[in-house]
Amino acid sequence: MVTVLLPGPLRGDAGGASRLSVSAVGTLRAVLDELAVAHPRLARRLRDERGELRRYVNVYVDGEDCRHSGGLATPVGVGAEVQVLPSVAGG
Amino acid sequence: MATLLAIGTAKGLFLATTADDRRSWEITGPHFPMTGVYAVAVDTRRATPRLLVGMTSSHFGPSVATSDDLGASWDEPDQAPVAFPADTGASLGRVWQLTPAGPDEPDVVWAGTEPSALFRSTDGGRSFELVRSLWDHPHRPRWEAGFGGQAVHTVLPHPHDPARVLVAMSTGGVYRSEDAGASWAPGNTGIRAYFLPDEWPEFGQCVHKVARDSGNPDRLYAQNHHGVYRSDDDGRTWSSIADGLPSDFGFPMVAHPSRAGMVWAFPLVADGERFPADHRCRVFRSADAGGKWESLSVGLPEGPFYPAVLRDAMCADDSTPGGVYFGTRSGEVYASRDEGDSWSLVAAHLPDVLCVRAAAV
Repeated sequence: MVTVLLPGPLRGDAGGASRLSVSAVGTLRAVLDELAVAHPRLARRLRDERGELRRYVNVYVDGEDCRHSGGLATPVGVGAEVQVLPSVAGG
Repeated sequence: MATLLAIGTAKGLFLATTADDRRSWEITGPHFPMTGVYAVAVDTRRATPRLLVGMTSSHFGPSVATSDDLGASWDEPDQAPVAFPADTGASLGRVWQLTPAGPDEPDVVWAGTEPSALFRSTDGGRSFELVRSLWDHPHRPRWEAGFGGQAVHTVLPHPHDPARVLVAMSTGGVYRSEDAGASWAPGNTGIRAYFLPDEWPEFGQCVHKVARDSGNPDRLYAQNHHGVYRSDDDGRTWSSIADGLPSDFGFPMVAHPSRAGMVWAFPLVADGERFPADHRCRVFRSADAGGKWESLSVGLPEGPFYPAVLRDAMCADDSTPGGVYFGTRSGEVYASRDEGDSWSLVAAHLPDVLCVRAAAV
């Protein structure tokens, strides 16, 4: 299993949960794809309709920013922790 | 009868309601805080009015929500209501316009988007489908982005003929369909594009807003990126109606919903000086389809005034006498209950006002 940690603003799109368990492993893309099946509204907050991560959404896999470790191809193993955090953006 | 005034701002939606014929207002919000609300519509064709909101989170992207209880609760579909099909390779930036169609199509709602595209809903705005014919238009690669982005910001369905729809985009200009959106032709003849080498192109104009006359649906008014125009042939050709205005630059253009020939505008000095004309807070009204213009400022701030009014930040309601509303980039909203003769403050200290829409509910 993989644990996905959600920030406050997104918990309403996940039934109020602050963490979700996902069985998919392999890549971050596979994890997010599985997340989209049960939580489609949450999924579209994270990625646009092309499947690309939104510019001001940061995802850390075991503490590492995915943008520095392969993006959506970042390896995600069993027991990994995927943390979603909004970036410091906005006026 | 109550009136609802929906105020879209850079950081959420505010709803103002009045039960005393628009004398005093009660405001709720922000709904959808920290989202830019560029589009809002009050669909009064239904037995229960439906509010439609196009909002964009800078973090979590764009969406559309609806409310059938005047904003007490909101419904947002799980699947993205407006999304580009995979084969387009595009992604939605934001929804700039939500427009209910005419009374003959009570479940049809149009959406204009960034990047420039038109979407159509047949379920009252719950889900939308890309209008392929406009997306595939051979002109599209040459539509450019203005400062605000490249967007279809205006959709004007014909009030009596569902086959006829007009859109306006910046840049690109006006496009018209007479076959329910199956094909589109530019309608910019007479509109000047001073920023292009050919100042009178077939398309490429930066039309800021178009409004349709209530008495004659073939009559349209346009506020252009410099230039104020009228068309008497459903947007095929245009002629200037800028004489009498202090400036031909500005963003909004609003037609009276039931009084033929009456329009309102809010001129700014110029492209390079985007302050209200003469640095004064004034609305300009024509009662003869742009032949003459009069300045309206009773009740508006009297001193120097610098905030602009954006393209969708002015509207009219459907009451009698007609109400007019505008919001500023400094977060004030003013209302008139006498077609602009006098004004009063509805709200202040809001975030930048991006759009307003009002209706009796």
